[in-house]
Parts: sequence; structure tokens; C-alpha cells
Amino acid sequence: MSFVQVSIELLEGFLQNCYLFGATLLFSLPLGLVISMGSMSKIKIIKFITKAFVWVIRGTPLMLQLFVVFYVPGLVFGTPMKSRMTAALIAFVINYAAYFSEIYRGGIESIPKGQYEAGQVLGMTKSQIFFKVVLMQVVKRIIPPMSNEIITLVKDTSLARVIAVSEILMQATDFTSKGIIWPLFYTALFFLAFCGILTLLFSYIEKKFDYYRS
Amino acid sequence: MSILKVENIKKSFGNIEVLKDISFTLEKGEVLSIIGSSGSGKTTLLRCLNFLESAEQGKIFVDDDLLVDFATDSSQKDSQLRQKRLNFGLVFQSFNLFPQYSILKNLTLAVQLLEDVKKNNKEKLKEIDNRAIELLKRVGLEDKVNAYPCELSGGQQQRVAIARALMLSPKILCFDEPTSALDPELTGEVLRVIRELRDGDTTMIIVTHEMNFAKNVSDKVIFMADGIIEETGNPTDLFENPQSPRLKEFLSSSLKD
Repeated sequence: MSFVQVSIELLEGFLQNCYLFGATLLFSLPLGLVISMGSMSKIKIIKFITKAFVWVIRGTPLMLQLFVVFYVPGLVFGTPMKSRMTAALIAFVINYAAYFSEIYRGGIESIPKGQYEAGQVLGMTKSQIFFKVVLMQVVKRIIPPMSNEIITLVKDTSLARVIAVSEILMQATDFTSKGIIWPLFYTALFFLAFCGILTLLFSYIEKKFDYYRS
Repeated sequence: MSILKVENIKKSFGNIEVLKDISFTLEKGEVLSIIGSSGSGKTTLLRCLNFLESAEQGKIFVDDDLLVDFATDSSQKDSQLRQKRLNFGLVFQSFNLFPQYSILKNLTLAVQLLEDVKKNNKEKLKEIDNRAIELLKRVGLEDKVNAYPCELSGGQQQRVAIARALMLSPKILCFDEPTSALDPELTGEVLRVIRELRDGDTTMIIVTHEMNFAKNVSDKVIFMADGIIEETGNPTDLFENPQSPRLKEFLSSSLKD
């Protein structure tokens, strides 16, 4: 096995990780906001349901959730999951939305009441206050915890191998079974490079928001 | 004809009656100061006028028209409420400027949203900007148009907050302890702006702990204690010849320092 061949195969696997990463963010970022609204709702039943949901999702292993999403539709409803990647994506979106919702909630609740009241006395609607006054301040405050969570996601994507998504670690262990062990360690470079880029991106975004203090 | 008439406002938080039965009137161009110790209900009264709290009972008339009857209008639609509260402007103790926006944007944002000005309507936007710059001149901050709130001193921030409230041309401008969060050397510049507004015939209600200021700037003073208006009158009578024992006590303790 040449180095180039291994690299190409691992890269193919890593593209699966990248896809899972991107798609998870795309869906879980907005879904998390919806869930955070639920957990701050004045309607008790909605609040209770969302809190219970977040408890279950954060309280059980992501690996277990992957199994549940992949096997339960087939076992219980007789409609097996056709695509392993879709199953992985659903599990990841739900899991990460739950974590993101708590980050959003922390950010939203940290905005002083006076900001809402200032908007109110200036005749703004509730949605104008949220989108024009509060949201950008929330974004600034949640960048550090968000970066943390998003970088965790990069590495979590390799958990998808438990339902046989052919991601990078799966590819690497294939080599191991053929007696070649070094590709397994080589995979670290892919993750490191990806997280390095993300780290730079986040510090760039943080700087962008540096022009004001609240 | 009075610009503002407040009748029998009652408000409780839980079992505590914060406003017991508040009534007063205000003429156009008059300045009313509300004084009293902490917990006497002055801030709550101001917040009721601005619909930040809803009272359980009472009526508010503006220009002799019934604006709100709290007993029957308790569940008002958001849109109606927004229209009504535009009669009042409010300057907060803690300024509450929007930190992420420039000073200019702090002034123009609400007007742009209220009048639903689209991004390509350059002419209208320019007009709003000019109005904002005009007001910033009035509070002496035209050089801070592009600055951000965090770059300003507390006194400057409060002057911006006053200009921001004026952008919507409220009939009655309310101040909730506008200088309480400021260092003593910064209160002067804010009080000066308020004094200039008074000379410009702005109708104002000022909740304040600055006794000398209340005495000099007001046409009318209300002394509140335990949720009622204990004494009211023109500033000279009230400060120099207080009738009720509680006002006497309050004045002697607050003028001591």
C-alpha cells in the first residue's frame, strides 16, 4: 500500500465526515434555536416537553442514539432505514440541536432586560427586538461555547462508524485488518488540519465582533 | 386642556400594593418631578405610563382622549399597545443603548423600523439621518455620530439616550432617575440637556433624587411615599414650606448630604 493510495482512501472517508459535519450544522443550528425558544416558553407544557427532550438527548450516549435511529424504524415500524448516512445525520442533528439549544438559551438569558425594554419603549415589535437588538449580542456572547461544541462535532462524526458509515476511521480500521496499522494514526492529521482551519475561522469571527463591548 | 391626565392608578406586585391610588394632571410644556424615597413607587408609576408594567386599575388620558383604561384593556394587542406607548418616551437609569450599533444607528433604528423604510429608499434614510444628527447637535454630541456606546462616558451615553427618545417625538418625555448611574462630575452635563429641553417647551416627567435640580427645573413636584402622592405642589412651596411630616423628614435627610 503506497502512501498516496492510503491518503486517497482516507480522504474519501474523511469527505463523509465533512459531509456529516456540514449537514449537521446546517440543520441543528436553526433547530437548536427553536428548541431554546421552547425551553424558555411561558407555556408550561411546552417548556416541560423541551426540557425533558434535552434531558434525554444529553443524558444518553450519542453512540446509543445512532443505534436507535438506525435500528428502531426497522424493528418497530417495519420500515428499515435505507441510508446509513441519513440515519447518522438524523441522530447527529437531534443530538447537537439539544446541546446548541442550551448554548442559545444561556446567550439569550444573559442579555439585560433593559435592552428589551429600550426596544419596547421605542415602539419595536417583539420580533424586531429579537432580530434587530438582541440576536447580534447573543451571537457575540455564544461564539466561544459554540466554537467548542462545533470542534467537538468534527471529531464526533467518526462515531458514525458504529452504524457502518464509511467514514475515515472505518477506512483506517479496514487497513488495520489487513495488517497495516499506520493509517489509523495518520487519520489524526486530517482531524487536526480541519480543526485548525475552524479555530482560525472562529478567532476571525470573534475579532469581527470585537468592535464593541456590551 | 391637559396633555396628560392620570386617574386612580393602582398596581400591586403579588400582595404588595406599590401604587395605591395615583392621580395627577400635567399641562403641555410643564415639567413634573417625582421625588420620594426608594420603594415609594415612583419608578413603577413611570413604568406604568410607558406600559412596561400594566396597572390593575386606572385611566390615562392624553390630550383629553382616553388612552388606556387598565381595568378593561388588560389584554391589549401588541400592535395597539405599541401605538399608545409612542405618546411617551422613556430615558432609563442605565441608558440601555444598543451596544452593537453606532450612535447614529442607535437613534435611527427605531424610526426606520417604525416607518418601514426600505434599504433602497436613500432619500428617506438620509432624512432620518439628518434628523438624528440635528438631535445629536442639540445634546452636544454631533462629533460622536460614528462612535459606539462603549466609547462614550456615562454622561455622553445618557445624552445619546435622550436624543434617541426624542427621535420619535413623544408628547411626554419620561426620565427614570437619569443621573443615578452617573459619577457626580457627569450628572451636570445630563441635567443641562434636560434643562435645555425644558426651555424648548418639552413636556417632561422626571423621577429624580437630585433635589436641587427638581427644585430649579420643575413646574410641579410630586412627593410619593408608600404608593400614594403624599404631597404635591409647585417646587417653591414644596421644598420651602413642606406640610406633611413625611416630606419634612425626607427633605431634611436628603438635603443633609
